[in-house]
Amino acid sequence: MDATLKKQLLLDAVKIRKGVIEGTFNAKSGHPGGSLSIAEILAYLYRAEMNIEPENPAKEDRDRFVLSKGHAAPALYAALANRGFFPAEDIKTLRKSDSYLQGHPNMNHVPGVDMSTGSLGQGISAAAGMALASKFGGDTFRVYSVLGDGEIEEGQVWEAAMFAAAKKLDNLCVVVDNNNLQIDGTVEEVNSPYPIPEKFAAFGWNVIEIDGNDIEQIEAAFTSARKVKGKPTAIIAKTIKGKGVSYMENQVGWHGSAPNAEQYEIAMKELDAVQAELEG
Amino acid sequence: MADVIKTATRDAYGKALVELGKKNDKVIVFDADLAAATKTGMFKKEFPERFIDCGIAEGNMMGVAAGMSTAGYTVFASSFAMFAAGRAFEQVRNTIGYPHLNVKIGATHAGISVGEDGASHQCCEDIALMRTIPGMTIINPADDVEARLAVFAAAEMKGPVYMRFGRLAVPRVFDENYKFEIGKGVYLKEGKDVTLIATGLLVERALQAAEILKGDGIDAAVINMATIKPIDRDIIIDAAENTGAIVTAEEHNIIGGLGSAVTEVICETKPVPVLRVGVEDTFGKSGPALELLEIFGLNAANICAKAKAAIALK
Repeated sequence: MDATLKKQLLLDAVKIRKGVIEGTFNAKSGHPGGSLSIAEILAYLYRAEMNIEPENPAKEDRDRFVLSKGHAAPALYAALANRGFFPAEDIKTLRKSDSYLQGHPNMNHVPGVDMSTGSLGQGISAAAGMALASKFGGDTFRVYSVLGDGEIEEGQVWEAAMFAAAKKLDNLCVVVDNNNLQIDGTVEEVNSPYPIPEKFAAFGWNVIEIDGNDIEQIEAAFTSARKVKGKPTAIIAKTIKGKGVSYMENQVGWHGSAPNAEQYEIAMKELDAVQAELEG
Repeated sequence: MADVIKTATRDAYGKALVELGKKNDKVIVFDADLAAATKTGMFKKEFPERFIDCGIAEGNMMGVAAGMSTAGYTVFASSFAMFAAGRAFEQVRNTIGYPHLNVKIGATHAGISVGEDGASHQCCEDIALMRTIPGMTIINPADDVEARLAVFAAAEMKGPVYMRFGRLAVPRVFDENYKFEIGKGVYLKEGKDVTLIATGLLVERALQAAEILKGDGIDAAVINMATIKPIDRDIIIDAAENTGAIVTAEEHNIIGGLGSAVTEVICETKPVPVLRVGVEDTFGKSGPALELLEIFGLNAANICAKAKAAIALK
């Protein structure tokens, strides 16, 4: 990977993380853990992978992104704001009653949001529908979706997985954010979806396993997925829930609670330090 | 009565889709392994490249339809009412209704006239379910003429529509001059003593009831209420003012369907007695459709009895 791009992407990721903390702190609620885990993935998608124009968010041949794990909305909003879809300042209005930034993404109110999500298991179906639409229109765009590893306990995910493979939607690429934690505990404890790669492979998908917080592995995975014909791709991304904020990392308690003022200061100081180092 | 044309509204749905497909190449039809029964098979035969079989996975089908609609396609997603509205309720609510996407749900085999398949497949709850979704339009045509026009009207408008069709061949009510408009009830007969507001296959039975009532000296008005949502408030208020008593008739649970919709309007505007003919909060059962309609009181005799009771309450 080009060193300038790498630096840019790492900077994007830290800005996304700061947006997650800013948003959830001001909202006094939200889901920081599973938002922080996907910062690098969103950074790469919105900077390097997807054909998008922030000033023209509805352009017909844009690549689509569906946040199937809609509760990671703070990360999506931060990624969109970072690319100029809307003012970064608005992140502070997250979840407020007069804000367009709903707790879970609403496609009709947020520039750059391609599908309303939040109810788990449903985004991947909509993503498959978009991929099908692209095929009908001459395969003009690709579709990306991020799912949670807890989310794949939903049966609909496997209905969609069966469908996308049966219809040969090779323009569909999903990422499973395998941070190993869901609300009630580790995914193994709750209702193990493991082994995840084998399951997608059995459903007829091209499967790639990566460290989902490693920007170079992310690039390699998306690049490789583009070359696969006749089947959709699932990138199983091992990530760290709460990544980038020391006290949140691998702590299930940070799935759905917001930092208080003191915790906010600590988180921002840590992220500022990373940013300063990258910019220095 | 030998010359009365009888057609199932599902047949009209299938034919209308083919007509629509010829005019509009953005029309895509989905089914969930029921193409022969829902009659989308007619579209499949004509336009195989624009027909997608989603298999027995209705939740996914609704989501796929939603996603496809975002790229400018008008997607008709079809299954039995039980699975379209029941199984996939939350997918319809969250992924079609909440973003207000341009998906048309073609739900066939609604009500107990499914017949021999029995209660598991006799959906008498779908209108209630769909009615609670903000922005959802619900159309329950009375015959094949209206069903065809409803499909065209649904395709014309932007936003989600739930169309309710039946399995049973039902007598034709309307002629070729009939004009259908979403959200508008239609007087099929004027009257001054009581108004029968019916939907679906009960419309023809309400007309029968009005004839019988005439013999008893009762002048009943009949309204066809094909659109359950948005409900035509004006015509309901008009009926209350003109006749002072209302009977609703539908092939649906008396809870949550047309009867509820009419009652809500009446209670808030012009309170008059409203009695409801429908499936009385019970499950269906196996049997020939026409027999079941009698057993469950979805007939002219029950409408007449309710009409007299409503008049007595004035």
